[in-house]
Amino acid sequence: MSTQPDLLYTEEEEALRSAVRDLLTDRLDPAGVIARTESDAPHDVSLWKTLTGDMGLAGLLIPEELDGQGATHREAAVVLEELGRAVAPVPYLTSAVVATEALLECGADDLLAGLASATTVAALAVGLHSAPGAAFPAVRLENGLLSGELTGIADAVAADLLLVPADDGGLYAVDASAATVTPQVSFDLTRPLATVTLSGVAAGRRRGDAAPAVRRALRAGAGLLASEQLGLAEWALTETVRYLKERKQFNRSVGGFQALKHRLAQLWLEVVNLRAAARAAADALANGEDADLATAVAQAYAAAVAVRAAEEALQLHAGIGMTWEHPVHLCLKRAKADSIAYGTAGAHRAAVAELVDLRAP
Amino acid sequence: MTDAAELQRRTAQLLADHPPATTGRTEFLEARFDAGLAWVHYPEGLGGLGAPRSLQAVVDAALEAAGAPDNDPRRIGIGLGMAAPTILKYGTDEQKRRFLRPLWTGEEVWCQLFSEPGAGSDLAALGTRAVRADDGDWVVNGQKVWTSSAHVARWAILIARTDPDVPKHAGITYFLCDMTDPGVEVRPLRQITGEAEFNEVFLTEVRIPDARRLGEVGEGWRVAQTTLNNERVAIGGMRLPREGGMIGPVARTWRERPELRTHDLHQRLLKLWVEAEVARLTGERLRQQLASGQPGPEGAGMKLAFARLNQEISGLEVELRGEEGLLYDDWTMRRPELVDFTGRDAGYRYLRSKGNSIEGGTSEVLLNIVAERVLGLPSEPRTDKDVAWKDLAR
Ligand SMILES: Cc1cc2nc3c(=O)[nH]c(=O)nc-3n(C[C@H](O)[C@H](O)[C@H](O)COP(=O)(O)OP(=O)(O)OC[C@H]3O[C@@H](n4cnc5c(N)ncnc54)[C@H](O)[C@@H]3O)c2cc1C
Repeated sequence: MSTQPDLLYTEEEEALRSAVRDLLTDRLDPAGVIARTESDAPHDVSLWKTLTGDMGLAGLLIPEELDGQGATHREAAVVLEELGRAVAPVPYLTSAVVATEALLECGADDLLAGLASATTVAALAVGLHSAPGAAFPAVRLENGLLSGELTGIADAVAADLLLVPADDGGLYAVDASAATVTPQVSFDLTRPLATVTLSGVAAGRRRGDAAPAVRRALRAGAGLLASEQLGLAEWALTETVRYLKERKQFNRSVGGFQALKHRLAQLWLEVVNLRAAARAAADALANGEDADLATAVAQAYAAAVAVRAAEEALQLHAGIGMTWEHPVHLCLKRAKADSIAYGTAGAHRAAVAELVDLRAP
Repeated sequence: MTDAAELQRRTAQLLADHPPATTGRTEFLEARFDAGLAWVHYPEGLGGLGAPRSLQAVVDAALEAAGAPDNDPRRIGIGLGMAAPTILKYGTDEQKRRFLRPLWTGEEVWCQLFSEPGAGSDLAALGTRAVRADDGDWVVNGQKVWTSSAHVARWAILIARTDPDVPKHAGITYFLCDMTDPGVEVRPLRQITGEAEFNEVFLTEVRIPDARRLGEVGEGWRVAQTTLNNERVAIGGMRLPREGGMIGPVARTWRERPELRTHDLHQRLLKLWVEAEVARLTGERLRQQLASGQPGPEGAGMKLAFARLNQEISGLEVELRGEEGLLYDDWTMRRPELVDFTGRDAGYRYLRSKGNSIEGGTSEVLLNIVAERVLGLPSEPRTDKDVAWKDLAR
């Protein structure tokens, strides 16, 4: 380990954060998000258009030659912190990070330009639960036609383009309109899953090898998911502290009871730790140095913190937290789903064991 | 403004004038202090140059590369971390000139006479009395406890009650106590590890001249806040390599001793390895924040995190060693000068790290501080606020 990662935020990153936060504050209210999750169109398409079209955020990881912003994972991580804080129903992580990374690995420049300008939303047709490096299902390729069914594909209902691994080891780009995308009833209503069924769809050109593309895509997904989890945990903590200062029982603010103060202080400490881990992962992905370990460490740590933050928020809001109208359930559902997304903490710990030579018995 | 280049130039000059190979240790450290390269953020004439604190790293790196002696900061931690910043902030010019140089060079070791049998977490409840004599001296009587390094210390920071008739925080005064004065008696307090790193200190008719009072009479609590805040910050901001803390020895044992491995221990080890790495990154982030002049409140949390981690990791290590974990390296009652975590075995680490969540404020008290100062939650109900110290329940 030569240099230390840069764990702070630059001024530009802070400016980016406030721009995204302002937009989300204006445009996203929990009631609207909840209402949308019960409709046929769970994604907030107009918000997505502003984020990606007007602000150009879909192209952060894409080089400038391909109409992207030529920024890095550090900036994308900041965007994800804010999206996580708001539990925003937009396909940012899945399209602008995961699918984008897969296409970057394949050198699919023609498709990347579409993603950069956000005229195309893409989804990698690999189950959301898959850890980087794990085996993943593929569809059949026969006579240039793809057939098969893939499940658990996040944000596929919002996608124009599906990136499909086939049994020849290649990755293919399929127009979503040629496939049947069937929504599954998802635990996390704001990042819905779907089944993708291909019945003899023209495969077109092989874009590249699936294994390295999927691995790179899932690694970036896992690493930057930690920033989403950070935003989410921070929101849960901040909201709970605010609520407990206001809420009175026994003639005093319940936030003054020591048992609760200690729980919140403990949670704060974990959020502080998560920030360092998430920044380290983003910085490592940006520099390519130490990225496998930094993302595995961040993911081995992040899920427990985000889930606990959401669970504590629910418990400490008590009755009101248990209602459908209070946004804490959006946060809890996202946090719990995130604990499985791109590999569980256990899978990432196993990766750490390999990477730092702490082998199983 | 003293910048990095200027500091490099001055460091090179110091090394040229006092080559480490041919200069005595103390002589070198004194020269370094006089060159303003001891703690560069201190004022000129007091071991510093009024430079940004972050630039200390430039000096340290150059001196380390040149093989210059350091002032053994672990041995003189209380002086460096707590006494010095308090003297700098509240001391008279004469006190600063008298004390800071030998403190920094390590010629004079300091200890902290704060805790008492009846006043630990509730430090302001202390009962050691300081009464003004006719000649202006203070006469001190009382008992302190858990005093680390008192047996090697030349000086002590001391808080004592000068007015029992006012509420507890208002009647305290802060002193610099000469440990060689008549009436100061240091008795070893043998601890859980078998050795005696801390002490009981009995103060009987100890005379302290008024010139060794730090701050105003009755202002001791405010002065002590500076000491306590620095005590908590002292632990953060240290640059650690990966596996640089307590996790290092366990990880090495795991790699070298496959016969000790079990699945349960593997799961626990990996979880703690990840937590130790994350805590290391948090410390590094804190250091980067300090260096860029934007200190955050994270420092308050670092001590909490390290205390828990040290305890869990060392506990795991004892179990990992199995049959050997049933043994202990040495119960001989010793009087060490400093805590040596890595020079001893797993059992020692396990027992000594229990103190990490007690020394310098318990974890419970630190959680209160984080909740109140960082999160802004209401403070604990106070029943002692308007009551004279002498009327408090004891
Ligand atoms: C290794 C070691 C070295 C030390 N070195 C020094 C030294 O050099 N100089 C010095 O002056 N002191 C020193 N101390 C003393 C240390 O600062 C005190 O032990 C500490 O402040 C706790 O005080 P106490 O032991 O009296 O415990 P108490 O204050 O009696 O605490 C008993 C229990 O009650 C809890 N508690 C107390 N108040 C609260 C509250 N408000 N809310 C919730 N829980 C509470 C505590 O957390 C603890 O669990 C040292 C201690 C150790 C273990």
